Amino acid sequence: MESPLVQLKDVGFGYGPEPVLDGVDLTVGRGDYLGLIGPNGSGKTTLLKLILGTLPAPRRGEIRLFGTPAAQFKERWKIGYVAQKAASFNSGFPATVEEVVMTGLVARRGLWRVLTGEDRKAARAALEQVGMLSFKDRMIGRLSGGQQQRVFIARALVSRPELLILDEPTVGVDVQAESQFYQLIRDLRASMGLTVMLVSHDIGAVAHEVTSLACLNRRLFYHGSPDDFGTEEQLCELYGHPVRSIHHHHH
Amino acid sequence: MLDMFTYSFMQRALVAGIAVAIVCPAIGVFLVMRRLAQYGDTLAHVSLVGVAAGVLTKVFPMATGLVFSVLASLGMDWLRQRYAKFSELSLAIMAPTSLALAMVLARSEVMSYLFGSVVTVDNEKLYLIGGLGLLVLAVLLLLYKELLSVSFDEEQARVGGVPVAFVNTVFMVLTAMTVAMAMSVVGVLLVSALIVVPVATALQIARSFRGTLTISVLTGVASVVVGLVVSYWLNLMPGVAVTLTAVAGLLLVLGYKRIAGIEE
Ligand SMILES: Nc1ncnc2c1ncn2[C@@H]1O[C@H](COP(=O)(O)OP(=O)(O)OP(=O)(O)O)[C@@H](O)[C@H]1O
Ligand SMILES: [Mg+2]
Repeated sequence: MESPLVQLKDVGFGYGPEPVLDGVDLTVGRGDYLGLIGPNGSGKTTLLKLILGTLPAPRRGEIRLFGTPAAQFKERWKIGYVAQKAASFNSGFPATVEEVVMTGLVARRGLWRVLTGEDRKAARAALEQVGMLSFKDRMIGRLSGGQQQRVFIARALVSRPELLILDEPTVGVDVQAESQFYQLIRDLRASMGLTVMLVSHDIGAVAHEVTSLACLNRRLFYHGSPDDFGTEEQLCELYGHPVRSIHHHHH
Repeated sequence: MLDMFTYSFMQRALVAGIAVAIVCPAIGVFLVMRRLAQYGDTLAHVSLVGVAAGVLTKVFPMATGLVFSVLASLGMDWLRQRYAKFSELSLAIMAPTSLALAMVLARSEVMSYLFGSVVTVDNEKLYLIGGLGLLVLAVLLLLYKELLSVSFDEEQARVGGVPVAFVNTVFMVLTAMTVAMAMSVVGVLLVSALIVVPVATALQIARSFRGTLTISVLTGVASVVVGLVVSYWLNLMPGVAVTLTAVAGLLLVLGYKRIAGIEE
């Protein structure tokens, strides 16, 4: 049997003495579409960063990526990542959309090698996928937030990853762009067989899209089908106060 | 009109000046984009202590300046990574402290490094400048894609598997080499002008990163060539003339955009 793409076992982590994550078990198999929800400060971004390897190793537990312990995992290009607040880059940076997308190929190409015409083609294909090809020569800072978001998704896709990790990708994006975004993920999953981990605060929309839902608040409160989740009690427990139930939401 | 370049000392000055003019703005583009422009300036000041040490110990001062510059760059990179509070303030304190220290150690030699001395470039200096210039340029081109990716978004580069720490360290060493070669030509006080001003000009014109890099270098070279001619005519210090030429270029571009009504 193929090992899961992401496997967390009893993971505990803290930046200081206070635990931010505690006893988290989470498995993401190939083809899964995992929605990760939880209140502000509940450790969602921290969890993603542990997977991505930008934080020190967890205090407790184990993380495996594609079956390999995270510390030994070298094929980083297999994981595409779109950060929370991706638009916080220097908006005066003088790079074109195409140049930005090509930075997604740097590690895969390797040190001391130059990017080739083939890489340029790959960048254009990724831009085509997110519907931004006609913007390829625009300066990145001259795009709207939603357009930049698409470019960053293209950058994450250009290395042909198997797992795409998105941290609150629809924040600051209008309703139409949001539904286009979910459509895009559906298309990518269908065309590339992409596995997706998505953090969001929009419980209604997420529950509607994903194949499994994980609810985090330091500990993992729920992990399973979105259909079995959503009682008022569960949401209260997670957020500590009443939240509008997902069953009131219509997509 | 250009018969000044029939003198061999002016030819050497021209070659050394062009080498510096290619490398400074090329490094400068990445420094400016990473908001590290102040590093170049501070490094130049710290290298002065190295120059002074070279004078005192009767070693080739440009070489000791280079060694100090490289060590200082590694030290500052180390501090930058460990202490979030290692800021512009620390850099701003290091620069005048180093200058003062260097002045105490070897006043007269240090003075000539303050404003540079293009016209006293001898063969020994010229080879060192040329060699360093080629080395810096070659590594810069080989690491172009990594440097662009790290400058644009360091975290994203790290996540993607780019060896960010390695790239940063190599880049700091390249910056130190650039500063060391530039300070003997345009002088410590003007190094940062040649690192920053052509980049500022390019940012007004370019519509891509590659374009920014190209225009920065072309602007830098033009500033040095025109500056050298002007310094010869008006009997100005070369570094001063080069800096004022570069700034005039920037003002010209800004003025043209204003008149032509090109909006930012
Ligand atoms: N770099 C850091 N240093 C120290 N503490 C941090 C750091 N980053 C996050 N924290 C703390 O860790 C906890 C979890 O933060 P995290 O960013 O993972 O939350 P989140 O679930 O992503 O929140 P949000 O919904 O606001 O994005 C918070 O209490 C936060 O203050
Ligand atoms: Mg977060």
